[in-house]
Amino acid sequence: MNKVLLIIQREYVTRVRKKAFIVMIFVVPALILGMSALIGFVAKNNQELSNDQLVKVIDESGAFVGKLHNAKHIKFEDAKQPAADAKTSLQQDENLSLLLIPKDYTKKPVQILSKKKPTYQVTGEVERQMNAIASAKSLVDHHIDTALLNALNKNRITVNAMEVTATGTKDANLATTMGVGVACAILIYLSLFIYGAQVMRGVIEEKTSRIIEVIISSVKPFQLMLGKIIGVGLVGLTQFGAWIILSVVSSKIAGHAFSGPGSPIAGAVAVLSTIPFGYILGCFIFYFLTGYLLYSALFAAVGSAVDSETETQQFMFPITLPLLFTYLLSVTVLFQAPDSPLAVWLSMIPFTAPVAMMVRVPFGGVPPWQLAISMSLMVVGFLFTTYVAARIYRVGVLMYGKKASFKELAKWFFYKE
Amino acid sequence: MLSIRNIVKQYAGHRALDDVSLEVESGKIFGLLGPNGAGKTSLIRIINQITAPDSGEIYFNGHKLDQSHINRIGYLPEERGLYKKMEIGEQMIYLARLKGLSRADATAKLKFWFEKLGMETWWKKKIEELSKGMSQKAQFVATVLHEPDLIILDEPFSGFDPVAAELIKDEILELNKKGATILFSTHRMESVEELCDAIALIHKSRKILDGRVKTIRNSYKNDTYLVEYTGEHLAFDGAQPFDLISDVAGEDNSHTIKLKLNGTTANDVLQYLLPKTKINMLQEVIPSMNEIFIEKVNLIK
Repeated sequence: MNKVLLIIQREYVTRVRKKAFIVMIFVVPALILGMSALIGFVAKNNQELSNDQLVKVIDESGAFVGKLHNAKHIKFEDAKQPAADAKTSLQQDENLSLLLIPKDYTKKPVQILSKKKPTYQVTGEVERQMNAIASAKSLVDHHIDTALLNALNKNRITVNAMEVTATGTKDANLATTMGVGVACAILIYLSLFIYGAQVMRGVIEEKTSRIIEVIISSVKPFQLMLGKIIGVGLVGLTQFGAWIILSVVSSKIAGHAFSGPGSPIAGAVAVLSTIPFGYILGCFIFYFLTGYLLYSALFAAVGSAVDSETETQQFMFPITLPLLFTYLLSVTVLFQAPDSPLAVWLSMIPFTAPVAMMVRVPFGGVPPWQLAISMSLMVVGFLFTTYVAARIYRVGVLMYGKKASFKELAKWFFYKE
Repeated sequence: MLSIRNIVKQYAGHRALDDVSLEVESGKIFGLLGPNGAGKTSLIRIINQITAPDSGEIYFNGHKLDQSHINRIGYLPEERGLYKKMEIGEQMIYLARLKGLSRADATAKLKFWFEKLGMETWWKKKIEELSKGMSQKAQFVATVLHEPDLIILDEPFSGFDPVAAELIKDEILELNKKGATILFSTHRMESVEELCDAIALIHKSRKILDGRVKTIRNSYKNDTYLVEYTGEHLAFDGAQPFDLISDVAGEDNSHTIKLKLNGTTANDVLQYLLPKTKINMLQEVIPSMNEIFIEKVNLIK
């Protein structure tokens, strides 16, 4: 056991000391900081409409005159001047736009002109009002009683997403939860891949540098494999730990810098704070660890079977297929239906569970019994793959220059010591 | 020290070792000889417990070989290799600790070896910065750092330049003098005669010859002698008490003949020759291990 600790220590220390590792620790939170800064900046820019916008209207059709009414920060005014004059006056005022409505507005496009590209808020408001006016006009033209229609159309329904929990109802911001679910799926998918591949590369390195024979004359192959897997896993946890700490710190800073009361960032932060991060983080670490143990054992077996990284393709494909499959399903379908039978089944099968379950967990609706079964199956799953991988690994690491096939791997599995 | 009994190792399709038994005496240097693919490395891997035999047993100092003996064995594989990107000092200490040494112990011993072999400046270097010969030297140190009782060297001289090979040879002899038993496989027959107390010859998965080097060579004597004389060239007409094998003229009117006795003795040869010429030397030809090796291997083909 002491020797396994030594191996873990070496695997961990050599990786953590690498420049790339240290750089990554700071790059990712820096990216998060940068992105929040960007979002804050964009949000601030959007609010720039607080300056009142004046829209001068030249209406050749006459259908809209006087019917456009002022909205928040947007004022409409009939341009009592020819289009050419109005256009020149645009150059002098940034908050001035010119709305040109052609005579036959249903066939020709309506144009809005301004010094800068008109903001969405202005064009959106104009579109909305013009459509309403135009359709009202059409109704009148076709002798439909608009008063009656308006009366009938009174019932405006808005859907308020409410979640029923034991303590009562609470607002659930679906978009944010979905975002967190997809983010979890992507993160766990990537990290299983990255750290699994690190184990594989480590095995290949030992095999091609031929140090493997020296090491396994001191320790059993299984001890070496186990030490490597645990060592790299700890590297992964260290990385996550550092990221979480730095991200919390950096987003706090970002929050201070960009969120005055009423800013959209503050809103997003408020929604994020309703999500149970402790629970999600706990699940994430569990599924990362068990998923990592499950996959890295297989990656180690692949590494032992080949002489160079280029040969790994044929084995990698079937191993990564369930992971890739679940990942693609997660970001397209599962996050919209986190409690569908497909999602439930995928979150039970150990090979797909880490990704599928991490999509479901942020929604908070996973019954404890499902979580318990999924977690137990994960443990059974990684014990099983470790056993299978170890049997292939112990033979594979001593095989040089032999192109292994799946048949060969199966044979290795049944070799005696 | 090491008693190998009836080892059989079967790989898919071929038998690597077929009922091989060997005795390696404590404190001796034992040579494991054989052509490529004979099964030497398979046997060495089994002794190192890297693989297990299908049947047969190995005893280490009278106890059945098990994991507890691993720390008493040092192994230099034929395919050399160390971590390319790890500092040498750190790497050596790691390997020694895997063999059960404490960090402090390993550091002290490593300092001793680095000084001894003039490698003090290598401590912080990486293997990829060293030449092949240098990294082999480092690997030799890694093999013996934990002061094993049994040192197993697979082709220890391959890849060394003559100077380094000589250095390693001296180190092997010194370790042996301090009490370590040494088992090595090699193709270099001259090193066998120079170093080995005993050998085993493995060919096509079977042991075809083993024993003390002296005994083996003596048992392959076949009454052949070399005689050097000075004087006029002698012509032999068949009346001489031996069969002539070769006759070579040397410098300064000297001649060397190689002869084989035909039921006579060396004394008879001398008696016959003495009146005729001036004898400088008479020497019995003892076949070299190389000759025995080639003869034995060809016999089985």
